[in-house]
Amino acid sequence: MKKLRYAGVLTAVALAVAGCGGQKVGADKPAAGGKECGSFNLTVSPWVGYEANAAVVSYVATKDLGCKVTKKNLAEQVAWQGFATGEVDVNLENWGHEDLKKKYIDTDKVAVEAGSTGVKGVIGWYVPPWMAAKYPDITDWKNLNKYAALFKTSESGGKGQLLDGDPSYVTNDEALVKNLSLNYKVVQSGSETALIQAFRDAEKNKKPLLAYFYEPQWFFNEVKLVKINLPAYKPGCDAIPAKVACDYPPYDLDKIVSKKFADSGSPAYDLVKNFKWTNEDQNTVARMIAVDKLTPDQAAEKWVDANQSKVNAWLGK
Amino acid sequence: MAAITSNVEVEVRRPRRSVVVGVLLVVWVAAYFVLRGIDTLVLGGQDTTALHRWLTGHRDDVGQGNVFFDAIRAVVDQFVVLLQDAISQPSFDRPVPVIGWLGVIAIAAYCAWAFGNWKVAVLTAAGLGFVGLQGLWQESMDTLALTIAAVLLSLLVAIPLGIWAGLSNRAFKVATLVLDLMQTLPTFVYLAPLTLFFAIGPAAATIATLIYAAPPAVRLTAHAIRSVPAESVEAARSLGSTGGQTLLKVLLPMSRSTVVVGINQTIMAALSMVTVAALIDAPGLGQTVLKALQTLDVGVAFNAGLAIVVLAIVLDRVTTAAGDRPWRTASLKRKVLLGAGAVAVLVAIWFSRTYVWAAEFPSGVNVGSRIAVVTTDLTNWVQDVFGGFTYGVRDVVTNALLNPLEGLLTGSPWWLVSVVVVALAFVLGGWRGAVPAAVCLGLLVATGVWHDSMVTLASTLLATVVVVAVGLTLGVWAGRNRRVDTWIRPVLDAGQTMPPFVYLVPFLALFGTSRFTAIAAAVVFAVPVTTKIVADGIKAVPVATVEAANSVGSSSWQVISKVQLPVARRAITLAVNQGLIYVLSMVVVGGLVGAGALGYDVAAGFAQSELYGKGLAAGLAIVLLGVMLDRVTQAAARRTHNYEGDKR
Repeated sequence: MKKLRYAGVLTAVALAVAGCGGQKVGADKPAAGGKECGSFNLTVSPWVGYEANAAVVSYVATKDLGCKVTKKNLAEQVAWQGFATGEVDVNLENWGHEDLKKKYIDTDKVAVEAGSTGVKGVIGWYVPPWMAAKYPDITDWKNLNKYAALFKTSESGGKGQLLDGDPSYVTNDEALVKNLSLNYKVVQSGSETALIQAFRDAEKNKKPLLAYFYEPQWFFNEVKLVKINLPAYKPGCDAIPAKVACDYPPYDLDKIVSKKFADSGSPAYDLVKNFKWTNEDQNTVARMIAVDKLTPDQAAEKWVDANQSKVNAWLGK
Repeated sequence: MAAITSNVEVEVRRPRRSVVVGVLLVVWVAAYFVLRGIDTLVLGGQDTTALHRWLTGHRDDVGQGNVFFDAIRAVVDQFVVLLQDAISQPSFDRPVPVIGWLGVIAIAAYCAWAFGNWKVAVLTAAGLGFVGLQGLWQESMDTLALTIAAVLLSLLVAIPLGIWAGLSNRAFKVATLVLDLMQTLPTFVYLAPLTLFFAIGPAAATIATLIYAAPPAVRLTAHAIRSVPAESVEAARSLGSTGGQTLLKVLLPMSRSTVVVGINQTIMAALSMVTVAALIDAPGLGQTVLKALQTLDVGVAFNAGLAIVVLAIVLDRVTTAAGDRPWRTASLKRKVLLGAGAVAVLVAIWFSRTYVWAAEFPSGVNVGSRIAVVTTDLTNWVQDVFGGFTYGVRDVVTNALLNPLEGLLTGSPWWLVSVVVVALAFVLGGWRGAVPAAVCLGLLVATGVWHDSMVTLASTLLATVVVVAVGLTLGVWAGRNRRVDTWIRPVLDAGQTMPPFVYLVPFLALFGTSRFTAIAAAVVFAVPVTTKIVADGIKAVPVATVEAANSVGSSSWQVISKVQLPVARRAITLAVNQGLIYVLSMVVVGGLVGAGALGYDVAAGFAQSELYGKGLAAGLAIVLLGVMLDRVTQAAARRTHNYEGDKR
């Protein structure tokens, strides 16, 4: 025990000797950014595509405008509450949510729209590629009942299984199954993780799977899922949730910012407003984060270096 | 003579009860075949009842903008930020925190040594160093800051409450009831309402953690005060001590070690909340785990989970050592050493403030990425080798056990299930069991999620049976064999603190999205606590009793079944009860891997504003199931005790 204490003292002395030559804190203080940007809070919703948006915007804001960006990992609908309290200033990818827009933008007047992200959102039912190759007519919804027995699982009670995702996702699937008279049961997988794991397994082991999924999604770079054609969407056909019998509408994903941030005159607001790219751009960055395991900053740097002209357009250069 | 008659009576009584139970079950199954499909109260996933819509409509009535809640939020926020500035985040115009890693390790090791002993000091330094080597220093310090804040605030509330409950019988009764509720209520349920009051961010996360973590400290403080011998209190009183003096000079010092156990449990609970709290923007390791899961990165999730486990082990051993340390003044030599140590700590802090190498954890050695790679490879290997087999196991169990049980519970009319359950509760536990069961069932119908509750109940019952079987086996083994106990304990600790989110991904790969996956996850989560309690119960059986049984030539099996299990019956009842509560508290997580039912409803209520009310009702239903099962098992246990206890 005594020896141990001596060892401790010796270590301390050694550290002291070794340390005195080290670099001092604050010696390499970075120069302050050019324009007056200040700081803003950016919500990060739980899917990698969103993270790609956040990575690139925060990289550009930090590097070119000298802003301080605080990222907040929040569920999509929970984040809306933050506009009122100042916890959230920017949402870079919003999927519809007319009810929330009404409350926070029209009624409470704490948030404003900041235009499209240029990314097109698609929601639908998908099967793994091996199934589409083996049963070419499966992509037509009218043939789904013919294949229902294939999709039977321990959870579906004798019917075919339609796997749904995270509880926060927009879904009409229960009504669709009923109104299209499909012999299927909607089973809740409960998360994006579970959906991807299920598709990965289905493709690898040639298991049948029919599930809710969406684009843009980095996973399409790994497994090219095939979409089922539901009765075509016409404006208004999904007006009454219980009577829906048509496909999901195409989504034009947009940005929402807090009123305070929009009025602040910060150059970061102009950046967010001008930020616009494509599904491929987003998937490229998302894939670098999800599959190549780069940090968001590294991924953003790589993409920005390759696409400087797009970034210049956002910055109004 | 008396002993013989009592045995006869016990033997006559017991079969009668089991016969009644058997008859009830047969009648139920028979009635099910006639009545199935009637009055099953099914409610679709997106459907709501009037009650749900009312709850949704009134969510904004209280909440943000209220001066009272805003003040609490501001204070708690400031407190957390202060701690973060001190140890984890760049602060006060410096690119590093006030105290760098060297300073933090020095302070932690010094405290461990001063309050505990030099062994835990070494463990503390090694543990924190390891976390740093994992490449997770800053995240770990964020977690530590949040944990410290939540634990300190918990104790501020819990210790006074515990003392009050220890001194007053009425307060004790009320406290027990509220604490039961707090511990069964799934954390997801109050996350959503909490964000209404305290917005999202560290404040709400800290308060959620506080709610989850405070009960053990209240319970154990109350318990400690109540178990101080009455003679000591009377002696103090007779010497003229006032109430306050008695409390400070007699009651608290004498109950110190138990109170420390309570603090220890509070710390463990707080740490196990970090991943859930990350959903409302708690900083730290929870964020790393959740992020990794979005990209299905089991390795990174495990690495962060491991850091949580290491923090838990360090904090557990330090508080345990602090509790064990005798209450005495230090010798002169120790005082001198403590002083010298303090100087060394100050030097270390000065270093960590001055030099970069001591402020930012060196990133040269990265054990973390290696751990992540190994874990990923291992999980992939397990999935490839056992993948097909595990699907088979799932299908057999689901079709042979789960589906029939669920069919019986969900297919029978609600009133038939209620009558049978109340009758069963009466046979097993008398009025003490039947009345709470009836009340809970009535309220379950009122929540509007009866059908989902029955689905959840079926999975819960099956999971609990497995937990009890495994927990009893392991617990008896560990209780009888010291070496097994030493090996098994760290594994149990890890099982309790490793965030369930971490092993969900491998489980999904092994079993797909299904109710079975949720049951497997709940079993992993609940077995440790059951095993620990059983092992402690078996160990507490007097050595003389076991020796006596051995000396008359009993086999090991006879010693276990005839001596150790019956004597440890109280502990086993508690183990079953806690196993049940732990399984239920995993229901929401189960909803995220395909178990659906109540867990999914709660998660959906958290995520979708129009389902808010339904989520709240589903959360309430989980609590009702918990209270019902808890009351019935306790009443049944009490009745069994009384039969033998009274007549012996």
